[in-house]
Amino acid sequence: MRFHVRAGDIEHGGSASAKIKNELTTIGVDEMTARRAGIVAFEGEMNLIVYSADGGTLSVEVEPGAILIEVRDTGPGIEDIDLAMTPGYSTAPEWATDLGFGAGMGLVNMQANSDGFEIESRLGEGTTIRCRVDRPAPAGVDRQGGP
Amino acid sequence: MKLTEIIDRLSLDVFTPVPDPEADVGGGYVGDLLSNVLASAMPGSLWITIQHHANVVAVAQVTGLSAVLIVDGKRPDDAMREQARTSGVVLLGSTESAFEVAGRLYGLLVTER
Repeated sequence: MRFHVRAGDIEHGGSASAKIKNELTTIGVDEMTARRAGIVAFEGEMNLIVYSADGGTLSVEVEPGAILIEVRDTGPGIEDIDLAMTPGYSTAPEWATDLGFGAGMGLVNMQANSDGFEIESRLGEGTTIRCRVDRPAPAGVDRQGGP
Repeated sequence: MKLTEIIDRLSLDVFTPVPDPEADVGGGYVGDLLSNVLASAMPGSLWITIQHHANVVAVAQVTGLSAVLIVDGKRPDDAMREQARTSGVVLLGSTESAFEVAGRLYGLLVTER
């Protein structure tokens, strides 16, 4: 699944993530994994809307053992990633905080709901976040074992 | 407790259809910061908030909440209602404050049990 998210499009904020969660549930991904992936996608989608210069893409791949989510934009880039990852730190504009965004928990929530989390960012070039949400092994299946 | 019983006992406004009258509410969460709700609200909870815009519906859907209860007499706009209807999220309302409604809900779900 791949969605283009427009900068500033608050009116549709979260709609891609809601579709992603729905689709994951429909194809048989368990509820807890779909929920975690949905939360990661929502925070990524809102980051594109609130912070990106020209929007970006939200991509989801479903693998047998995990859901892979990539959020990519072309700027402005994050100056200090450690600071941006600090719970409570936010540069959200007032219009976003009025709507309940900008708690300074977006990246933190993405990481907390992921089993793998990578963030790359260059000022003037953009930011790419890759998250992996592991799916629990079906009962009776040991992914580590086998031939 | 069933969502329909809570609606009745707290005399809540119902802004959208209730797709599953048997839906069970396991608890509540009060908050207006969306990321805190995503981080902390348990699936099946009733979310009490003053936020009343369409993004709230997506948060409720992603988090797996049973319903959104908008307090202080605020009402959902048409866009929010439409999104809630199409996604099966229940929107409720009360003229009371979050403090009052949360206290009464706590009484129903915890104290009375």
